[in-house]
Formats: sequence, structure tokens, C-alpha cells
Amino acid sequence: MNDVILSRIAEALTWTGRYVERADTTGRILDAYLHRLLEDPWRDEDVACRSLYAILGVDAGTDAVDMQQVLDQLAFDARSTCSIEGALGAARLNARSAREAVSSEMWECLNSTWHALADQRLAARRTGPYAYLELVRRRAALFFGLADSTMSRDDSWRFVVLGRSLERVDMTVRLLSVRVLDAAHAPDWPTLLSASGADEAYARVYGGFGDTARVAEFLIMDREFPRSVLHALTTAEECLAALGRPRQDPARRPIGRMRTRLEYLDSTALEDVLPSLLRELQTSCMASAEAVAERFFPYQGPVEWAQEGA
Amino acid sequence: MADIFDAYALADAWDEMFERPGEVRTAYEPVLAALQPMEPAELRFRADQMARSFTDRGVTYAFAGEERPWPLDLVPRVLDALEWDLIQRGVSQRVRALEAYLADAYGPCRAFEDGVVPWRLLLNSPHFHRAAHGVEPPGGVRIHVAGIDLVRDEAGDFRVLEDNVRVPSGVSYVIENRRAMTRIFPSLFAEQHVLPVDGYGQRLLAALRAAAPDGVGDPRVVVLTPGPSNAAYFEHALLARLMGVQLVEGHDLVCRGNRVWMRTTRGEMPVHVVYRRLDDDFLDPLHFRPDSVIGCPGIMNAAQAGNVTLANAVGNGIADDKLLYTYVPDLIRYYLSEEPVLPNVESFRPDEPGQLEAVLDQLDQLVVKPVDGAGGQGIVIGPHADRQTLDRVRKEVVADPRGWIAQRPVALSTSPTLAGERMAPRHIDLRPFAVNDGSDVWVLPGGLTRVALQEGNLIVNSSQGGGSKDTWVLAEGPAEGPAAEPTGPLPEVAPRQLGPDGERLVPQEGAQQQ
Repeated sequence: MNDVILSRIAEALTWTGRYVERADTTGRILDAYLHRLLEDPWRDEDVACRSLYAILGVDAGTDAVDMQQVLDQLAFDARSTCSIEGALGAARLNARSAREAVSSEMWECLNSTWHALADQRLAARRTGPYAYLELVRRRAALFFGLADSTMSRDDSWRFVVLGRSLERVDMTVRLLSVRVLDAAHAPDWPTLLSASGADEAYARVYGGFGDTARVAEFLIMDREFPRSVLHALTTAEECLAALGRPRQDPARRPIGRMRTRLEYLDSTALEDVLPSLLRELQTSCMASAEAVAERFFPYQGPVEWAQEGA
Repeated sequence: MADIFDAYALADAWDEMFERPGEVRTAYEPVLAALQPMEPAELRFRADQMARSFTDRGVTYAFAGEERPWPLDLVPRVLDALEWDLIQRGVSQRVRALEAYLADAYGPCRAFEDGVVPWRLLLNSPHFHRAAHGVEPPGGVRIHVAGIDLVRDEAGDFRVLEDNVRVPSGVSYVIENRRAMTRIFPSLFAEQHVLPVDGYGQRLLAALRAAAPDGVGDPRVVVLTPGPSNAAYFEHALLARLMGVQLVEGHDLVCRGNRVWMRTTRGEMPVHVVYRRLDDDFLDPLHFRPDSVIGCPGIMNAAQAGNVTLANAVGNGIADDKLLYTYVPDLIRYYLSEEPVLPNVESFRPDEPGQLEAVLDQLDQLVVKPVDGAGGQGIVIGPHADRQTLDRVRKEVVADPRGWIAQRPVALSTSPTLAGERMAPRHIDLRPFAVNDGSDVWVLPGGLTRVALQEGNLIVNSSQGGGSKDTWVLAEGPAEGPAAEPTGPLPEVAPRQLGPDGERLVPQEGAQQQ
């Protein structure tokens, strides 16, 4: 019976994976930015905050922005799925609607996390957001760890991992886009690395020396680092391949194309093609997500009652 | 309302925060303003949170056989731009002079010929290693990393207490202290321009790579540790992690054909630079202590052959013993033709003409130290000593004037420190860290401030129950900073995709519990 899975469940699993990953990455990005802002006396708070908004696709408005506002909007706002609380709330709702497909431990992890956030949010107002952000990071790791250790490697699991991978590509590309597209708002490379949880992994490969080109190469093309674009694309493609092999798979095609492109890309040419590459990655990712939705969870419009006559 | 500084009574020393009772020094104004309104319970809450994070991260030290969180006091030590400029110039000058001395002592010995320092200083030193002779370090660097201990005297002047150019430790705590403070007091930090300390790993790696033997294109650097049971193992691991290099123990290395290799799963790999965190004596059983099992047999021969660089160099101990310390101001003048930026603590050498009498005359006002004593052994503090002790020391100094130095006692400066529920003055010192890459001696802004947690105590070592403080170096101002001005509209980044529940979200307060 495991080879059959309801479209609705598949959709909920995919988005559970996406939202938890989103909360995790948003937390990492906020943590890296905040820390940088505190440690580097010359950083301009407004500039840094605007760069954050740009990464996360949120309109910053025209007034000066400070860190508190950023936290309110990107961490504590329970109504937006682009904030940590919103994303975790949405993950929880999705997991609840797929409770027979996720393990109890996974569900409990999300539920208790969601309840624990309120306390940590209050503490964050008192002493700063670090404990809050750390909680988010740990619980996200716990969630995916439980998925890995308590779910069969069946299609349910694949949808969770597919969601996580697509979101991961999206977030890494966002981080890099701001760096590449607009140097004035750019986070510096140590911030980029720590926002991707990649600082130590990077140091092992490049010995702690960084410039934008190398960091971009690492975050995009590294085969071993699990948060790199290439790694996430490969994982997503593997999931899609295992979910079935139609002759033409519009979900897999854009991802596979980008994956092969990255595999054979000359890294010395990376800097020149970076802007266009990042744009393509973004579009491919969105196209794939849409095709996944179309293929696996086709949307049935609401039933319309047409009253005839009077 | 009573506040935590109410009972703060200045001690008989320079106070870092207060010029006189109730009058705060400019650099400390924001710190005081942030701390003063806090309730003792609030401070305790933050201190506990900090201790827990140190324990969680494994930043601990052994005290009486127990693993305790690293003791970081909540009140930072603040240095303004002028003070730091002086310290930074003084430390770097000192390192340059000691480098010159080492090169001279293991080379032409000019300073001895010219009578600047007596020969016996070299020949009697237990740290003078013949094995170090003939090792020509790449770039001429023997002191890759230095820690220079400073104290601040009653007049507020910084003085050098000790030079550490062998295996100076403590820099990991500078990095960890900063990390903890930015997390515990983010708002206080945001208002200040504190120079960052996170560039250390990169600076160190650059210096170590620059020290590689000539002709090595892509040198492999490793950190050599005595192992996890060493008290500083945490630091060794952190440095390796910051630099992204391997942390090796002696038995991970093997020497063959005067080259050093490390054993890996892919076979033996060549090693070019060893940042060794163990003492000379344990480094190579073939040259030093034959019973050492933590070193690597043959590594000295490889260094002599110029195939591997040891950092810091073997034999540096001749540059940081107590007697040489008294000559450093002369060495600065002799090698660098500069005046010392930072004075020593006033010292006497009883074996020099006229000085013996001066020392004997005021024995009850001086601190007398045997030159070969380590860890405070044999030190007699004149003002605290009884008559018999003074008489005994008098005889010993007369019998062997060369074996002793004498120093004017210094009351170390104090800084407000959380003691129970209140702030109290406690004595502090400072160890700034310098990294020498051969072309530049860089000093990490700040350094390790240690604090004696017991009232009146002058001993700041953590093994003696001492604590530490985050050291803030205030930047001059944001004027010349690299912050970029926004030049145009923000880039267009695609909107985020939303799942089916994206619009069903309700504010958390109203959500049903499950």
C-alpha cells in the first residue's frame, strides 16, 4: 500500500519539508547578519537590514530599517510564511494534515517547537534573539534527523526531502543573488558562509581564505557540501527519479538541466556567468516546483454551484 | 533604589571604570549606562545563560578535578583608541626586538660582542638549544605568535610584565568571550564601535603559510597538540577549526628522509608547517627528552634540513626568561634604534655594579625573584615578608647576585567585577596576542583580560580561580569604515512560493492548542 499516496498528503509533505528548511535557513541568515552587525563596528544597520529584506524577497519600504523591525518581520511574524514563526506554523499545519504519513516523533517535534517559540520569543526581547535562533536551528535539525531515522525510504519520505531540497536551492540562490546583483547591499563573504552553515566546511577546503568567487563556487558547485546548490539539485533529482520515470518529466527536466550544467561548468568562468546562472537557477527551481505540483497534486478548483433559473 | 554599583569602593589602585568615586571614565559610559539599571537577578540570569552556553559548547576548564564553564565576567574591559594605539605599537615593537635578538643569538651574536647583554644570559639559559642553531627560519621569523603580558600601574601606565614567545595560549578565549558577549548583551554591543576579533584564524593561517619552506607551492599546515588531556586542547581544536587544518598528535606524524608526513586514509601526506602547541622538551625524543611520547621523533632533523617549519621556533625560550626581560628596553634601542613604547616594571639586576647595594637597601620594598624560578617559586614579596625571610634572601642574593632579579611591586589596576550580587573592584591584567607573518607584526585588537576573582588577590590564572573579561577596543569612528552606501534600487529577487497552508495562517495567540 506504500506505493500509493494521496495527492493532498504528498503536497503537505513537500511543504512541510520546505517550510522547516525555510525556517532553518532564515534563522541562519538572521543569526549571521546580527552577529556580523555587532562584530563589525563599521556596518551600517539600515544597509544590512535592507540587504536582508532583499534576500528574503520582502519589501523594505523607504523608512530606515533597524534590526528589531527585521526580527519582528522575519522571525516573529506568525502571519507570514516568509518568517520563521510563520514557516514553522505552516509546517505544523501541513504535518498535521498528513499525520498518518509522518511519524509521531516528527509531528511532536514540530508541535512542541511551535509551542516553545512563544517563550523563546519573550526571552529574545529581553536578552537578544540568539537562543531563539538556536532553538529553531536545532529543532529543524531534529525534525530532519527524525525524518531520516523514523520514516521508511518510501515516496512519503521522498516528498519531504524533495521539498527541503527545492527550498535549499532557492535560499542559497537568494543569498548569492544579493551579493552578485548589487555589491552595495552585499553581505561580505564570511557572513554568506556562516548564513549557509558553511564556514567550517569551507575552511577545510580552502583554508579559511575567501573571496567572493571562491565562496560562490563553494556554495554553488561543491559536490560534498549538503547545502550547496549542486548537492541540493542532485538530491532533488534523485527524489524525482525515484518517484517515477515518465518519458518527459517537466519537474525533473529543469532541475536535471541545471544540475548537469553545474557539473560541467568551468569554475574559472563562474564569475562571468554568475548573474545569469543565478537567475536561471531561480526560474528552474520555480518551474520545477510548479511542475511537481501539476504532476503530483493537481489542483481541483472548488466545486461551483450554479443556480439555474430564478 | 539601590543599584549594583552602590557598594563599589575604589581599591588602592587605578580603576579602569571610575576616575574617582561616582565619576565614570568616558570610554565606559555606555557600559555603565547599560549595566547600572540591571537588577542583580537580571545579571545572574545572563551570567547563568552565559555559563550554560560555555558548558554546552565545551568551553570549560578543569578546576579541582571538576569541569567548569569558562569564567567570563559580565563587565567588559574597555580600551579607547588611544590606549590601544599605544599597546599595539608597544607589543609589536617588543616582538620585533625579540625577533632580532633571537636571530642574533642563534647567529652572529653581535649584542653579546657589543656588551649589550652578557654572554652568560645565553649560555646559562636552559632554553638555549644547540638544535636550534643553523635552522634558518623562512622569512627570518621565529616568533610567529606572541603573547605579551601587560599590567596597568597605579598611575594608569601600561607596563610589560612578561613576554611569551614560546607557546602563548589563551587566544581561543578571546574569540569565545566575544562570541558570548555579543549574544548576552547584543544591544550594548550595537551601540559601540568595538573592533572585531574574528580575523585571527585567517591572520594566523596566512602567517603560517608564509613561513613555509621555500619552494613549497601550496603548503600544508597542521596544528600539533599533546592531545585531549591537555588543558589547552580546546584552544588547539578551535585554532585548527578556524584555519580549516588538521589537528594532529605526535603519532599522527612520521619522519622519513628528513621530511615530515602525516598518516591519512589516503596514505602519507607531506606536512610543511607545524604550529606546535607543545614545549621544546617534548617535541622530539631524539633531541630532547627521550621519554616523551607526545612528540615526533625526527621532526628536529626535518626542521634543520629546512623541510618543515616549526612555529614557534625551537629555542625561543632564551627570549622570554626573567633576566632577559630586564634587557628588552636596551634591545629595543640596540636593534631598532627606537625608544621603548611600553616600559617594563621597574627592575634591578643585583649583579650589576651599584645595583646590589640598591636592592639590599630597599629589600623590604621590592619583589625579589630567582631568575630560573617558574610558576612563582621562590618569589619573595618584600612588603609582606617577615624579618627572617628578608635576612635569608639578603644572604642568598649576596651569595649569588646573578641568580636574582628584583622588581618594584605594582598594584594592578582594578575593574568592576560581579561578586555575588554587587560590583566590586578586582585586579586585572592583559595579554594581547601578536601574529608575525614576516612583513608585519599584527596585534589582535583586544586580548585576554584576566581577573582575580578574590578580593585583593593579584593572581589571575584560571587555575587559581581567576576569571576573564571580554576586552573591547573602541574604534575611532565610523568615518573611514568600509560600509557601503546604498547606490541604487535593491535587486529584484523573485517572490517566495507558498504552500496550500500559506494563507490559512492565523496569529499564534488565537491558534488552537493541540
